[in-house]
Amino acid sequence: MARIELRNVFKHYGRTEVLRDISLDIEDGEFVVLVGPSGCGKSTLLRMIAGLEPITGGEFLIDGERMNEVTPRNRDIAMVFQSYALYPHMDVARNMGFSMEIRRDAAEKRRVRVTEAAKTLGLGALLDRLPKALSGGQRQRVAMGRAIIRDPRAFLFDEPLSNLDAALRVEMRLEIARLHQRLAATMVYVTHDQVEALTLADRIVVLEGGDIQQVGTPLDLYERPANRFVARFIGSPTMNILEATPTETGVELKNGARIDLPQVPDRSTARQLGIRPEHIDLAGPESGQISGVADVVEHLGSDTNIYVDVPGLGPLMVRAHGNVPLRPRDAVSLRFQTGNAHVFAADGTALRSAPV
Amino acid sequence: MAGIRKPSPLRTAGKYAALAAYVGFALFPLYWLLKIAVTPDQLIYSEGTRLWPSAATLANFTTVVFQTDFLAYFRNSVAVSLTTAAATTLIAAGAGYAFSRFHFRGKSLIIAVMLVTQMFPLLMIIAPIYKIVAAAGLLNSLTSLIIVYTAFNIPFATFLMQSFFDSIPKDLEEAAMMDGCTRFQALRKVILPLTLPGLGATLGFVFTAAWSELLFALMLINSNDTMTFPVGLLTFVSKFSVDWGQMMAAGVLALVPSCLFFIFIQRYLVQGLTSGAVKG
Ligand SMILES: Nc1ncnc2c1ncn2[C@@H]1O[C@H](COP(=O)(O)OP(=O)(O)OP(=O)(O)O)[C@@H](O)[C@H]1O
Ligand SMILES: [Mg+2]
Repeated sequence: MARIELRNVFKHYGRTEVLRDISLDIEDGEFVVLVGPSGCGKSTLLRMIAGLEPITGGEFLIDGERMNEVTPRNRDIAMVFQSYALYPHMDVARNMGFSMEIRRDAAEKRRVRVTEAAKTLGLGALLDRLPKALSGGQRQRVAMGRAIIRDPRAFLFDEPLSNLDAALRVEMRLEIARLHQRLAATMVYVTHDQVEALTLADRIVVLEGGDIQQVGTPLDLYERPANRFVARFIGSPTMNILEATPTETGVELKNGARIDLPQVPDRSTARQLGIRPEHIDLAGPESGQISGVADVVEHLGSDTNIYVDVPGLGPLMVRAHGNVPLRPRDAVSLRFQTGNAHVFAADGTALRSAPV
Repeated sequence: MAGIRKPSPLRTAGKYAALAAYVGFALFPLYWLLKIAVTPDQLIYSEGTRLWPSAATLANFTTVVFQTDFLAYFRNSVAVSLTTAAATTLIAAGAGYAFSRFHFRGKSLIIAVMLVTQMFPLLMIIAPIYKIVAAAGLLNSLTSLIIVYTAFNIPFATFLMQSFFDSIPKDLEEAAMMDGCTRFQALRKVILPLTLPGLGATLGFVFTAAWSELLFALMLINSNDTMTFPVGLLTFVSKFSVDWGQMMAAGVLALVPSCLFFIFIQRYLVQGLTSGAVKG
């Protein structure tokens, strides 16, 4: 098992800087998820941990030991590739047992472990198939099996579920969660999918433009985003961002509405107000802080998404619980849950709320 | 969907007729070769344009095998072609792998130079090659042919091998290295088995090229002992006559190793070995 440390790690490709001064401690047994927009360097960071990509600057340690120059095979880390990367000329059993074959483990021991892992992953009947005769989900399982068999110090996953359809993705997500509970191994997981991130992670690392924007538990990121980028990146539907100017007691929006924000003591630099769709309530007629007209209403069954046009403010997204009998062009009156509102300065950093 | 309809019988018939015409066109010279080879000498001119002679004989074959130096030419050709094919493929595989997987200084320059070598007509450089080989004291030796053929085939074979390596996902190698392989082990256990079709194709290509090469063989070889088969074929042309029957019989025999070679490698040529490696 392993504790992974990144100390001021840089990555350059020629003159382009891909990662900048990344410092991150991953505890033994922790499940850390890297999220961020496409091209932000998630895969690069993962591959540097794996040893597939040289580290340009800084230090990378496993259990306190410097690993920068250690080859992948000597890092004892397993990786599940987005493409699965199964060996096409080997059957499932040999694919899964390949690392043991390379380690020259006895054939009998190999067979026992492969059978055991295949059983946990529901691959028992497929052991002598070639990868091309497997479905996407089965290939995914074989790729996981190949990693499990090794009993490595840490697992790396690079968007392992992105090639699966929605139903299978949910199933495999549960499987990975179970795997982590069972093995209690250190895992680093890259994904685009924030549901995966929020459900699997002990801690989430939000990367953007080569920098770490924030590191925290899923709840941390949701409730206390460090800046506008994280606020908008985490949570679905996306947080509403409204232009705002500071006032005595809170902020004033462009349409003149005043929102009291006693929980943000220092509001002098406030430029924007952020409010999640689920933190806006529908109020009785004329009793809300803001009124507008429903533009589009999406009934999801458990929730209703309402796109509201607010004169002088622009579109606002509201998520109401349950099935709300609203129709397009109905007048709506809205009330912000001000305790859950966020305030951002001009550079996008969040102004800290006083602890409640 | 509207596009999926049963093709009309007329279209199908037309397609097969076109295919048959093409195959007939391509195979007709080979057929003619065989026909003349089995035609008795005295009928060659009298029945020259008949599709099949009134009498057939194997005399030409027995004469070629037992009364000429054909078998020696044949042995020389096999030795030269096999060695060339093996050496070229080995070197091209190494170079192609490097071009496909590594970035290094001067890579694009080397590729450009290799392309340039493919642009010269061979006739232009045959004189300097002769000079070099003569200076090295290698005239009339099979070694000279092997060296020259290998050198001339490496650029194209390298490009061929590079494209085969390019078609194998990098992920596979990286997965192997994560699984504990050194780069060389990954190459041997994962990449090489997947490159077999490519190696087969390259071997076949170079073998055929060397097998049928005439120009250098003619220039660099004079002695009967070291003649390869294409040069040897010319010995059937004497001052006063051309022995068509024997020449064609020798030609038929010369096809045999090429065919055998391709039968041998064809199972490596089947495509789809890499399918199932990535995604679905
Ligand atoms: N070999 C390379 N040479 C130059 N730039 C590269 C190279 N590999 C990656 N990059 C750049 O590094 C940046 C990060 O790439 P990376 O693959 O890590 O992104 P990512 O976060 O994994 O994106 P995605 O979510 O699309 O997979 C990208 O902007 C990419 O263009
Ligand atoms: Mg990526």
